[in-house]
Amino acid sequence: MKKWDAVVIGSGHNGLVNACYLQRAGLDVLVVEKNEWIGGAAVSRELTDGFLYSNCSYVCSLFRPEIMRDLELPRHGLQVIPYEGGAVFTQDGDHLGAHRDHHAHRRAFARFSKRDAEAYERYARDVTRQCRFIQPLLMRTAPDPARLRPRDVSELLYLGRKFAGLSAEEMALTMRFWTMSISDFLDEYFESDVVKSYLAISGIIGTALGPMSPGTAYVLLHHYMGEVDGSVGAWGFARGGMGAVTQALAKSFRESGGTIRTEAEVDRVLVDTQGAKGVVLAGGEEIRADRVVSNADVKRTFLKLVERSDLPDPFVRDVERFKMRGSSGKLNIALDSMPEFPALPPNSPCVRGDMHFTDSIERMERGYDDWKAGRWSADPILDMVIPTTLDPTMAPPGKHFMSCFVQYCPPKVEGRDWTSADRDAFADTVISQIADYSPGFRERIVHMEVRTPRELEDEVGLTEGNIFQGELTFDQLLFNRPVPGYAQYRSPIGGLYICGSSTHPGGGVMGAPGRNAAAEILRDAKRPNKQMSPAHEVL
Amino acid sequence: MMARNTVETNTAPVSDVFGKSGPLRLETPFHPRIAALMHTHAWYDWSGYLSAHSLWDEELEYFAIRSQAALFDLSPMVKYRIEGPDAEAFCDRLTLRDVTRLKPLRVQYTAWCDDAGEVIDDGTLFRLSETRFRLCCQERHLPWLLDGAIGFDVAIEEETEAIAGLALQGPTSFAVLQAAGFGEIGSLKPFGIAEFAHEGGRVTISRTGFTGDLGYELFVDAGDALSLWDRLWEAGRLHGLNAIGFGALDRARIEAGFLIANVDFVTVDAALRADRARMPDEIGLGWLVDMKKERFNGRRAIEAARAKGANRHVLVGLEIEGNVPAEHAIVYHRKKREAGIVTAAIWSPMLKRNIAIASLQRPYGDTVTDDLWVEIYALHELRYVKLMKRARIVERPFLKLDRRRATPPGGF
Repeated sequence: MKKWDAVVIGSGHNGLVNACYLQRAGLDVLVVEKNEWIGGAAVSRELTDGFLYSNCSYVCSLFRPEIMRDLELPRHGLQVIPYEGGAVFTQDGDHLGAHRDHHAHRRAFARFSKRDAEAYERYARDVTRQCRFIQPLLMRTAPDPARLRPRDVSELLYLGRKFAGLSAEEMALTMRFWTMSISDFLDEYFESDVVKSYLAISGIIGTALGPMSPGTAYVLLHHYMGEVDGSVGAWGFARGGMGAVTQALAKSFRESGGTIRTEAEVDRVLVDTQGAKGVVLAGGEEIRADRVVSNADVKRTFLKLVERSDLPDPFVRDVERFKMRGSSGKLNIALDSMPEFPALPPNSPCVRGDMHFTDSIERMERGYDDWKAGRWSADPILDMVIPTTLDPTMAPPGKHFMSCFVQYCPPKVEGRDWTSADRDAFADTVISQIADYSPGFRERIVHMEVRTPRELEDEVGLTEGNIFQGELTFDQLLFNRPVPGYAQYRSPIGGLYICGSSTHPGGGVMGAPGRNAAAEILRDAKRPNKQMSPAHEVL
Repeated sequence: MMARNTVETNTAPVSDVFGKSGPLRLETPFHPRIAALMHTHAWYDWSGYLSAHSLWDEELEYFAIRSQAALFDLSPMVKYRIEGPDAEAFCDRLTLRDVTRLKPLRVQYTAWCDDAGEVIDDGTLFRLSETRFRLCCQERHLPWLLDGAIGFDVAIEEETEAIAGLALQGPTSFAVLQAAGFGEIGSLKPFGIAEFAHEGGRVTISRTGFTGDLGYELFVDAGDALSLWDRLWEAGRLHGLNAIGFGALDRARIEAGFLIANVDFVTVDAALRADRARMPDEIGLGWLVDMKKERFNGRRAIEAARAKGANRHVLVGLEIEGNVPAEHAIVYHRKKREAGIVTAAIWSPMLKRNIAIASLQRPYGDTVTDDLWVEIYALHELRYVKLMKRARIVERPFLKLDRRRATPPGGF
């Protein structure tokens, strides 16, 4: 029976990034994927003829350029195209435009508040300063303050020195960013509700918190620390949908000799007294490996794939308490023609960016109230993009793919499981909102894929459908992610590693957890890690 | 799978795409006149406005400033109207200089800081009446002004788009104004303001400018812009009046030793790296700071930095040997130790000298002023000629012209 050097559970972007680095370092790696297709939540599928959907994640910014380079992803077909600004449609039939051009952006804001238009300068500066502070932490393993080995001490010192290097003003800002609600934070800069609601969306996306909940300011920051080709904070479309990311990774992996098996669902991790020995597939097949790397979230990994008796009880309790609540859904829509938005000027560039229909923080918070009561938001918050305005590969000419991320959507409906009728009613709530701002929208729909937390969990394997594999609040970051004492991609079971978004630095299609985990695995294996180039300096 | 190829291209008229927030580049109120004179099509983006970098020939435009008269459209300059019974007190609190000594119809070059004493911007403060001011500057900071005005009986309004501005600069600029019927301006001293009737409205003319030459700045309501332009243009026919772009003005301003925010120093709101912000003393604006004033924004921080000798930078004028402009060159001490960076540099046609504005780290430029060098990479036909040239600290302005201050001005 073949024994692999490593088996990676799940072919999401982090699993593949991890597998690529291990394979390139000379390990013999097998990736097992339960679905017929690969990609996890970075996937493009053709569910109706001629239309390719970004079924889960839909925009790209966080994916680390060092990884793209190391793994030669451009050669394997990955191309990220920056997109334009976007818009918030207001209930009175107007809109707030967002633009790439600094002055066009300012003048669009000035239509709602001249003060806010100019306040944006300092806001952008402050957010950028925070991103510059955090960016270098992404590609480093967090220190373990409980163990304090020399490397932990040096990493803690690194953090301490970085923090001490901030000015008093920046330190104050950093503390506020890590702890405040996005609503309170934006109040420090802006007065217009429309402006604030446009900016606040990044603070609640994928998060089971409202804009008024403390901790959401950091979630916003998490969405600004990416880049497209050095343009920090910019977002783009992966050409061919987000599946292009994992397709390129898979090609790179296979080219370097790696193996991927689809329709190979892991039932459990094989553990003996020495540690992890491989995995058992759902059909009973055993796959032996020296080490097992799980790209599944921390709950799925340790509560479903490992016997509870093989784990220390406090660890299991910490995993159980790790917040990973379902809060969002998604509609992928094939459109027969480009929707019209009468609020926008003809040929507005805003349709090539992210569009929203929630024009006040109050409405956003009320949407969250519905979630708390176990219902999807009656007046949901949409993050809607039409990638085919820039990407000719996803729909036939003149037709469009629309990705519609929906906040809030509970993991259970008033305590009971989702039914298909619930799902359809949820979709109708969303479509109604779009149709309010886009006459004739329903008639353009050719096909639609509706995803509630139920579908996200069943298909992608994300517990409760939480897109970040655990909320990005500060109590669950750095050396607390996912569990204090186990933030360095290792687990209580020797040879069992985790490499998904449940680990530092968290969710989004970033690849950093997969890469950082690979560095730790190679360290344990005492293998040279020459394929991994250092993180780009932040100058 | 079906054939996939085209993404709909944008075919809308450019002016419509942004709807009510205006086109990507706004046209200034003088645009029709400037566009008619625009031969080079060298437009550039000045704060979101379509502005001329040159119209015909940048070098000849520069010589128009120094030999005849030049008309420059400065409408994109940011303008704030500050009005009310407490306007003087507010401006005095806001800015570094003593505004109580700024009489109505006078102008102050000034700067303003945040509480850490770091420069938010520099600009000109026009006192249009006892209770009305106009603050002109490069960057935008309305929230800072509004927040600072709390407790003062004052109204602040951003009026950049509503007010059109022209700079009329050069030896014959007074002659042009005289021919245009603004002859009474002859008695106006530098930094003075006069108001004249124009087309049923008013034109405000100040003896100010960014060239170090005899010159004036004219402000009118945007609606009167074209008629004002025409009035000057007609009057300038016999006085060598030329329209110029920013390229020519930039040469003149370096000779005059004037600074541009976010060119020669980084304003605090633009500083993504906190250590890039500067206190007035660090950018040669220490002379603006009036410590006799009891209270103004940044006073305590500036005072403390002075007491501790904590300022880390010095802004200096350099004269560099040779004739190769040293733009963005690194300044060295004894050819070895890095001492700073050149922020702006030209060969000065008026002085026949190679001049530069530079930001140095103390003690260079402060107690250590000798043995300074700049490293210039002169690119000639795809080969760098690396030059290490001696630099000497000299007084700013580099160029001083008697005609700038002569009252009444010469007619030439």
